[in-house]
Amino acid sequence: MTTDNRQMWTDLGIDLERHDELLNALLPLYQETYLSQQNRPEGMGSFDFVVGDIHGIRVRELRQHAMEGGKVVATYCVFVPEELVWAADAIPVGLCAGTQFSVPIAEEVLPRNTCALIKSSFGFKLGRICPYVQTSHLIVGETTCDGKKKMFEILADHHPVYVMEVPNKKTQSSRDLWLGEVEAFKEVIERLTGNEITADKLSQATRKVNDRRRALKRLYGLRKANPVPISGKDALLVTQISFYDDVNRATQQINTLCDEVETRVAAGEGVFPTNAPRILISGSPMAIPNWKLHHILETAGAAVVCEESCVGTRFFSELVPEDSSTAEEQLKAIAERYMNIHCACFTPNDERLEDIVSLAREYQVDGVVHYNLQFCHTYANEAVLVEKTLDKAGIPLLRIETDYSDEDVGQLRTRVDAFLEMIR
Amino acid sequence: MICAGLDVGSRTIALVMYDDGVLDSVVIDTGVEPLQRCQQLLAGRSYERLVVTGYGRHLVAPVLKGEVVSEIGAYAAGTNYLYPDCGTVIDIGGQDSKIISLDDGGMVRKFEMNDRCAAGTGKFLEVMASTLEVSIGELGELALGASNVVQINSLCTVFAESEVVSLIARGEESSAIALALHQAIATRIVGMAKRVGVKPRVVFAGGVAQNRCLHRLLSDKLDVDITVPGEPQVVGALGAALLTKPMRRGKRIVPIVHLGGM
Repeated sequence: MTTDNRQMWTDLGIDLERHDELLNALLPLYQETYLSQQNRPEGMGSFDFVVGDIHGIRVRELRQHAMEGGKVVATYCVFVPEELVWAADAIPVGLCAGTQFSVPIAEEVLPRNTCALIKSSFGFKLGRICPYVQTSHLIVGETTCDGKKKMFEILADHHPVYVMEVPNKKTQSSRDLWLGEVEAFKEVIERLTGNEITADKLSQATRKVNDRRRALKRLYGLRKANPVPISGKDALLVTQISFYDDVNRATQQINTLCDEVETRVAAGEGVFPTNAPRILISGSPMAIPNWKLHHILETAGAAVVCEESCVGTRFFSELVPEDSSTAEEQLKAIAERYMNIHCACFTPNDERLEDIVSLAREYQVDGVVHYNLQFCHTYANEAVLVEKTLDKAGIPLLRIETDYSDEDVGQLRTRVDAFLEMIR
Repeated sequence: MICAGLDVGSRTIALVMYDDGVLDSVVIDTGVEPLQRCQQLLAGRSYERLVVTGYGRHLVAPVLKGEVVSEIGAYAAGTNYLYPDCGTVIDIGGQDSKIISLDDGGMVRKFEMNDRCAAGTGKFLEVMASTLEVSIGELGELALGASNVVQINSLCTVFAESEVVSLIARGEESSAIALALHQAIATRIVGMAKRVGVKPRVVFAGGVAQNRCLHRLLSDKLDVDITVPGEPQVVGALGAALLTKPMRRGKRIVPIVHLGGM
């Protein structure tokens, strides 16, 4: 199996030496962060299995698909409408961008004061250490921040890249622009695959992506219980994996996990004591394997019960209406759905502020931790408004700004400990 | 009941023994083996409970069978004990600076802390003192003697040091440069303080509170009298000694002094 993997990685042009270093760093990190947890749901076993062979099984499936003439489309952002990719019998895969490991490689080219997510994703391609990006036929970027926008131009020297324009406002003209972008993306995917995206195909795709969204909503709903039946780290991992796993399998695995977690809730069984402070994390996305803040919080005695994040509620809380009949109506419904992602790239973005307050209440949290990747200017500045809003609502807030490195863990622990002492 | 409070900081370790009042307080350098230093410090002392705070708390507490509290909680408790009317704590230590806002009951209401770098901390002053060839203890006095004013724009320890070097090369007096460095730190601390909100009484604690120049600049910039305790570097250890394992009474951490009816 392992030798098979090595051959596959070689065929994909992977830098084996660096890649070995990555896996040698990742697996002990996973051991320490995940497998050390007590009383995890058994259903997490299948997710552990996926992480254990993170660059093996799934890559093999994608390779197989490619060898049969199928296409693989890589993305970095929840704005790229994956329904269109599935509908063309291509496979979308959300790329990893969550490790310090690839940051120094990126810094050979990109400015240091660029956010870790951008550097990590760029470094994966430049260093040839991600078999997913190597397998993909096209990277689809978007204009959700200036750093990414320019990085995609540089990335285009190394891989085929297409960029969708996400508008900055939520006005009618912005919505029209976005609909145009979705229509253009449909043509790009049709051209790439040679397959026509019919109304039928699109409604099937919409239904299966919605099913995964429903499954994730179900899982998050169960996290409202006290004691919380699953750790924040585990729930985060489930969400992270669903970005690159097969959509149907993800749905089925999440639902299986939910069945078990439901019985836990019914039995009043939890992973943390009922008096553990309940935390909502809000802010920048946490791409796999970024588990840093969850780990600090949960080893300090808190329970992370929800993520208002692109790797969290923004990924799945809105469904695409399934009752449109023509392809044209479906595209409109899809465009409309994606405009409801309350990303900090929009101005104004009051809906996100409202979301944070209502999630804080729904999940009965004791406090909110605002997570900000260093140099992520949209979220950093929006945090000022988040603070004002939460102050008014009487909800305690801790603002954290960090990156993927470990050098500030001591200071973060001090902040987190003090915050938990404050809200206990 | 004798309680020991240990503040394992990046530069110094402070110990306070407490029973109805402070029995003893000691400050030593942290060095490179803080755990051994702590063991030596506690050897031969008897106490019923140990609470550890400071940067090294998670390293030391499990070995010495102590409980932990964050520096922020410890400084709040220590300051509140010394000055029950305290509304704001400025704590500048070896590698952290913090502003802590207290409510009327002396509990932490809100806090701000510097980012990962050494800007605006004791470490910053230490590096600059050595560039100006004075001891850390002399730096504040040097600055107070300045007769003219220069400007330091950078707060990054590395960049500020090169600014200092070019000011020296320009022939500026070292007292003026020292004052500029203090101004730079004070501006940064004031910015943090304003984000939290400044409510008198303002107490300045932590090792850097021994610096008279910074004390004066902060008072001027915040336009408020600032109290410095007699031994500002042991306030965290005192707070740790006063805090039992964080206990719930409602949503509050209850300092042991209140529990014991003292």
